Amino acid sequence: MKKVFGTSCVLGSAAALALLAGAATAEVESTDPIKLTLHDWTGQLITTNIMAAVLEEAGYNVELVQADYLAQFAGLETGDLDVAMEIWATTGQEAMDAAVATGKVVNLGETGMVAKEEWWYPLYMKEKCPGLPDWKALNDCAAAFATPDTAPKGRYLGGPVTWGGFDEERIDALGLNFEVIHAGTDAAMFAELESAYQRQDPILLWIYAPHWAPQKYQGEWVEFPAYEPACYTDPAWGGNPDKTHDCGKPFGPIWKVGWAGLEGKWPGAAKAVKAFTIDNATMGDMITKVDLDGQSIDDVVDEWMDKNEPVWSAWIAP
Amino acid sequence: MTGAMRGLSALAFLALALLLARASADLPPGLLWPPEALHLPMAGWISAAMAWLTDSAHLGPVSFKDLTRGFAALVEAPYQALRVLLVEGITEGRGRRATVIVPPLSWLAVTVAAVALGHYARNLGLGLIAGALMLYLAVFGQWESAMVTLSSIAIAVPLGVAGGLALGIAAWRWRGVERALAPLLDLMQTVPTFAYLVPVLVLFGFGPVAALLATVIYAMPPMVRVTLLALRAVPSEIMDFAAMAGCTPGQRLRKVMLPVALPDLMVGVNQVIMLSLNMVIIASMIGAGGLGFDVLNALRRLDIGGGIEAGIAITALAVVLDRLGQALAARPGGQLRAVGPWWRRHPRTALVLAVILATTALGYLIPALQIYPKDWQLTTRTFWADLMKAINVNYFDQLEALRAWLLEYLMIPVKRFFLALPWPFVLGLATLAGWRLGGLRLAALALALTGFLAATGLWEQAMTTLYLCGLGVVLAMLIGVPLGVLAASSEAAGKAIGAVIDTLQTLPSFVYLIPVVMLFRVGDFSALIAVVLYALVPAVRYTAHGLRGVAPELVEAAVVCGCTRGQILRKVRLPLAVPMVLLGLNQTILLALSMLVITALVGTRDLGQEVYIALTKADIGRGIVAGLAVAAIAILADRLIGAAAQGARARLEGAA
Repeated sequence: MKKVFGTSCVLGSAAALALLAGAATAEVESTDPIKLTLHDWTGQLITTNIMAAVLEEAGYNVELVQADYLAQFAGLETGDLDVAMEIWATTGQEAMDAAVATGKVVNLGETGMVAKEEWWYPLYMKEKCPGLPDWKALNDCAAAFATPDTAPKGRYLGGPVTWGGFDEERIDALGLNFEVIHAGTDAAMFAELESAYQRQDPILLWIYAPHWAPQKYQGEWVEFPAYEPACYTDPAWGGNPDKTHDCGKPFGPIWKVGWAGLEGKWPGAAKAVKAFTIDNATMGDMITKVDLDGQSIDDVVDEWMDKNEPVWSAWIAP
Repeated sequence: MTGAMRGLSALAFLALALLLARASADLPPGLLWPPEALHLPMAGWISAAMAWLTDSAHLGPVSFKDLTRGFAALVEAPYQALRVLLVEGITEGRGRRATVIVPPLSWLAVTVAAVALGHYARNLGLGLIAGALMLYLAVFGQWESAMVTLSSIAIAVPLGVAGGLALGIAAWRWRGVERALAPLLDLMQTVPTFAYLVPVLVLFGFGPVAALLATVIYAMPPMVRVTLLALRAVPSEIMDFAAMAGCTPGQRLRKVMLPVALPDLMVGVNQVIMLSLNMVIIASMIGAGGLGFDVLNALRRLDIGGGIEAGIAITALAVVLDRLGQALAARPGGQLRAVGPWWRRHPRTALVLAVILATTALGYLIPALQIYPKDWQLTTRTFWADLMKAINVNYFDQLEALRAWLLEYLMIPVKRFFLALPWPFVLGLATLAGWRLGGLRLAALALALTGFLAATGLWEQAMTTLYLCGLGVVLAMLIGVPLGVLAASSEAAGKAIGAVIDTLQTLPSFVYLIPVVMLFRVGDFSALIAVVLYALVPAVRYTAHGLRGVAPELVEAAVVCGCTRGQILRKVRLPLAVPMVLLGLNQTILLALSMLVITALVGTRDLGQEVYIALTKADIGRGIVAGLAVAAIAILADRLIGAAAQGARARLEGAA
């Protein structure tokens, strides 16, 4: 939290500040706080804090509210919450579409970041399975990826059931000799990765980006036949003529969404949120600074704000 | 029926069950799991009812939602006041531009206040313990988050205690209230919090208040139960005396019964504090922030040390609150009043006020007095990371072998057994058990509850739940009851074990779950460890409490009779403690079921996972149906055990 109090005359500075605040907020449409939601992964915290800082530069009052990633849609529909900065097409599309369909929530466009999700292995597995990253090599090394509970099949650690992902279908369609074990949360999933990586033991799991894991661990994504929408709907598509899902996972944008009343109440803020963009590489660097180098989110956000003033000024230019 | 026949019939049922489980592969599909034709679309009904409640329900001119929002505002006011006092201070502007005009209470002031309160409540020793724990929060950089958490706990605990006490007294006074409350309490404790998070958010708004109210819902039931039990346990002689002394019913309750019941009531207060702090993690998912958020955030980036430090901060808060509360309740009254000016009569208050004023004023000049400086903070993160790595690299193979062995010889067979039982058999067995143990009424209840499970279409998940929680409860009792006996055997052992179980109950299970996953992979085995560790607590606590509560005259009588220590334990103390141990079993089952939400996080496929999926899809109806299925299992277990206990007691008394 950002708090400063100096040694100067308290009352005087307070009065001056009140004047300043008055001057700054005079331009905006409403001084009611705009509520941005915070979730529990670093990238989202950075995105949201940048947006909050930019809106504050424009003179808006901002409030950051902790809210569950999917439960927040109930709040966005009623206007209890105003803006959610990261809805991933890969995990939140269904909930977002349902909320937008009510007419009470609007899609505020792409953040510029693209969510990538795929099967992933640490680089040292290439020694045990030289054919990687081509997916066709997987079956030859199924034994290398096996554990006592899955042998003779290889073990693939999938995401939580709630993420969907069609991995069972993919295994079936591509004829892979693997079994999906679902982790309950991504924390549990990465705990297994950390554990295996420390021992240089075999592991094959679902990893997504932007995230700190592909920055911290050396590894590669398995290369499946590239995704096309037809692959998931048309059995004839792809290598297996009888089954769907004979391809990799789709990539998808990360969306911004907001309460439908946002634009009426704070048109300038809505414009700024829509204008917000950032790319995967920049975000990956910032996540690394926070999660691996131990910097505070505030410091990382301040640094970005200082370096990119022309960028964000354009978002809030009248 | 004689014992031998009872044993024989139980054996016969077990044999039949095993036979059926073996033969079930050949059963027609509709007999193994309930056919789809029997499923009721309950999720849809509940979602529709919720939509009606939030969108169009009215009480007179006021809409239901306005009413709940109004209540939320009522709770929010004192909460915000506490936050200003402890966390934010009085500020000008918002967010990043916020400037503090008057700072919140400094870390020094709060620590001194904790010491003074400890000294006031008991002695300097307690004060120093409280002070040391507060100092931990500052030194390990947890201060601000801890104060956020403290603000919400300071509202949730009094709400839970007052509400629980009121409901408990009402249940004691009116039999009807007790009957109506019993299933409601079970629901509050067993419907996983995730199941009602979305409705709570819709009704009470996003933010800390919704989290606070969810906390109260979860933490209050033990207070009600303990109040009822404690009031019942007031000896009839004392009641007679109160009547002879001419007490009105109100006086009798306030001046006689509640003071007499106080030691028991404090067990309830302890539970409310512990369970409230237990909700800190889940509450942080819906806006409470604070330490719970820090734990989640640290573990998401596998900063195990950071998670442990924040988790221990939660435990430290719990210990401070609990110890101070217990000491305040046990504080002897009627001490001599000091004379002299105000500051001499209230030296501690004066000291605390002086420190507050001094640190606030001087804090403008020397910030270290106000906010604990970052440079002085300590951390054990690298230690934990290195320790985990050392264990992982050196002992993983042995641990993996242990896991594989237990899975193969214990968990998988039990799971197969449960999943292979044909549903009409389970239905019949539950009904029969109800009839034999408690007569027609219990049989009807058992039939209804099992029938409900069948109609939800969640039969497979329900059987997986039975297997996981059943194993968990058996293991927890096997470990917990002996530990409880040990804890009651000497004061030193009691203190040591007490500290361990308090830690287990308040340290968020997520903190140890992630290291457990690193060593045992995701899946049922990690889940079982979490269930046992958490459900162990009431088994130990209630056993110890029950043994300590045995009248010393009886123990002395046994000594005079020449009983050995073992005989005293087996023949006198344990039988007399049975009601408390059974209450412990009841709580163990409820806690094991309440861990389902957590086990879902490591990839089990039980009812907890169903609730979790429903939450992530914001599907209110689906979540509540799965939550009710959990509750149905809990209530069934509770009633059957209760009836069995009553039967056992009746037989004991009949034999005597």
